[in-house]
Amino acid sequence: MNANLLLQYGFFFAVLFLLAWPLGLYMARIYRGDLPAFVAWLRPLENFCYRLAGVRHGDDMGWRRYAGAVLAFSLLGVLAVYALQRLQLWLPFNPQAMANTTPDLAFNTAVSFVTNTNWQAYGGETTMSYLTQMLGLAVQNFLSAATGMAVVVALMRGFQRKEAGGIGNFWIDLVRSTLYVLLPLSLILALALVGQGVVQSVAPYASVPLTQAVDYEQPKVGADGQPVLDAAGKPVLEAATAREQTLALGPAASQIAIKHLGTNGGGFFNANSSHPYENPTPVSNLLQMLAIVLIPAALCFTFGRWVGDLRQGLAILAAMTAILVALLAVEVWAEQAGNPLFERLGLATQGSELMAGGNMEGKEARFGISATSLFVTVTTAVSCGAVNAMHDSLTPLGGLVPMWLMQLGEVVFGGVGSGLYGMLVFAIVGVFVAGLMIGRTPEYLGKKIEAYEMKMAAVAILATPLAVLLGTALSLMLEAGAAGVFNPGAHGFSEVLYAFSSAANNNGSAFAGLGANTPYYNTALGLAMLFGRFTIIAAVLAIAGSLAAKKRIPPSAGTLPTHTPLFVVLLIGTVIVVGALTFLPSLALGPVVEHLQMVGVR
Amino acid sequence: MLKELQPALILLALLSALTGAAYPALVTGLAQATMSDQANGSLLKENGQAVGSRLIGQPFSDPRYFWGRPSATAPMPYNGGSSGGANLGPLNPALEAALQERISVLKAADPSQQAPIPVDLVTASASGLDPHISPAAARWQAPRVARLRGLPEARVLALLERHTEGRQWGFLGEPRVNVLALNRALDQAAP
Repeated sequence: MNANLLLQYGFFFAVLFLLAWPLGLYMARIYRGDLPAFVAWLRPLENFCYRLAGVRHGDDMGWRRYAGAVLAFSLLGVLAVYALQRLQLWLPFNPQAMANTTPDLAFNTAVSFVTNTNWQAYGGETTMSYLTQMLGLAVQNFLSAATGMAVVVALMRGFQRKEAGGIGNFWIDLVRSTLYVLLPLSLILALALVGQGVVQSVAPYASVPLTQAVDYEQPKVGADGQPVLDAAGKPVLEAATAREQTLALGPAASQIAIKHLGTNGGGFFNANSSHPYENPTPVSNLLQMLAIVLIPAALCFTFGRWVGDLRQGLAILAAMTAILVALLAVEVWAEQAGNPLFERLGLATQGSELMAGGNMEGKEARFGISATSLFVTVTTAVSCGAVNAMHDSLTPLGGLVPMWLMQLGEVVFGGVGSGLYGMLVFAIVGVFVAGLMIGRTPEYLGKKIEAYEMKMAAVAILATPLAVLLGTALSLMLEAGAAGVFNPGAHGFSEVLYAFSSAANNNGSAFAGLGANTPYYNTALGLAMLFGRFTIIAAVLAIAGSLAAKKRIPPSAGTLPTHTPLFVVLLIGTVIVVGALTFLPSLALGPVVEHLQMVGVR
Repeated sequence: MLKELQPALILLALLSALTGAAYPALVTGLAQATMSDQANGSLLKENGQAVGSRLIGQPFSDPRYFWGRPSATAPMPYNGGSSGGANLGPLNPALEAALQERISVLKAADPSQQAPIPVDLVTASASGLDPHISPAAARWQAPRVARLRGLPEARVLALLERHTEGRQWGFLGEPRVNVLALNRALDQAAP
């Protein structure tokens, strides 16, 4: 543990909380329609949207109608992104003449962006036109994030209201999230990123001369445009020399800003935030990490303000931060300790002022171990899924941390909106467990927690493990699933487990060696994303509706206070116990076995 | 749900226009007007001619040059049109084979260099386009480059020093050397 690492991490958390606090209080105002002066000039635009769409202020929705609106909006989003990909060759802003994508890839990508997963079965700069990126993917970066924020606002209303029939209006929550939170923050971040070197243009890819020409082999293409195969069915290779380098460009900064702020994570380029045009400097790296956690952290303050006691939000924030910091320590330790193979081969691996050392396979020199480990932990604690290193090449325990953070249900900050509503479900389970221990009807924030809420909480908590474990098991039994595995041994199992953990929990990062762009994985992972996202949203909205209809009961001597360190520990315990009981067996088969094999090689 | 289709459709169209057209157009306009160098790829120029990008590495295998991180892009290394890493797991035999191959090539290029090779010089970068190596990896190569170019080693180390970037803001990220910029400077110092 060196001083520089502590400084980098300390600075990150200090800036995060300093920004999240005012942002959270700002959001608490704008969802009530109480606009501060610096955004009030946008109100005519907001009202124009409602007028055109036929949305009326004060048209309160019950939870079923609210859920129906979420589903209708998401369905249309899927159709739009699907259509853009299937037609991109004939549409404008396609200077590289990208072909239309296959139906299974288009389905997977459309679902992936609408569910805020942003799993990438494609390589951005080799597959998607500028138009698809801007008008399809980036739009859903905004709207899937706004949807998550709307749902958590609806849940907060459930706690706040008493004997009410409705939980707000989805369209109003959606428009306000987009207009007053996501768009202004994205604009600022996009310009800051361009300043660091992130590209932003609609020109075709550039070409520059190589200082030293490079010889390479490429598959020979016959007169019919198909690769020539030899007698054994292998493609014939021919020697070639490259004297020029293609530089992929595009409207990247605008998309990357919302990719992080909306906890989306789908990269403009294939290598995501390890690509020097997507994340060029340590400062851009810091900005991107801050952007990932900013809104999820801020929503804790919003929650505290809305339930009338900021300490309630701070307790949630404290539980999230504690889990994040503990797993961050494991991550950076594992990656700095590295791979014993490197020492066996006589390499220098000790970190110093002259080199990062450690496990540098799949990492970038400008980020080294410290900045990469923080990014890995943050992007999976939050359901962002952007990566600035190849997670497939992490050490076994370094790969276990991001996998388990996703499996905890993306509640350690989690996605924008989705993280807090997931964590509030765990809080409900926590007070229920505490209530059982002392033999009283549990209550949370003045609302009695009864059988209906507990059923819905159980649905929300068990939905994603079901998709993860069944999906992994099924894929390993099917030939089509096993065929995608890239690395041999226990690591291959981890690739599949990681993929379903990522998809069902709407994270989107990958052990990218897995050959996932196949009809099987595109379909299976697409279904896992849909199931994970909308089962939880429906269950959460049902809880919101039920809570809103209840009376508020004043705290009594038997009420468990939910703003104390004791409650923080209870909440952490609930999350960890559920996550551990559900996933330890499968983690033991993957990263744990691999770790034992690795240290055994010594 | 059907009743909600009308507002869903209209708001999807409106918000798409706002976030998918107006917003990227505004960012592109502002970026091109005020930061056109960065927005267009931070090109490295010599006498007005682009010779590469300050942010995108290039492949070097000539021992007279400093070499960068191994790149796993296809079909050729440092393919700026198709980024990506090797994705080899820590116990994959292919990782060990690749490392042994790279180590033997480095040692063959300079048998007199006995110091252990810095790990970042033989491990593949995440993007396949990493423009940097660690200062340790650059210093390891300095005697070879100096000898083959007939330059005093101190001169090469001075050039290396000039192309070393420290931690940003003094504490963020890692110190690093831009390989392409350093090699261009070498070509000018001793063609």
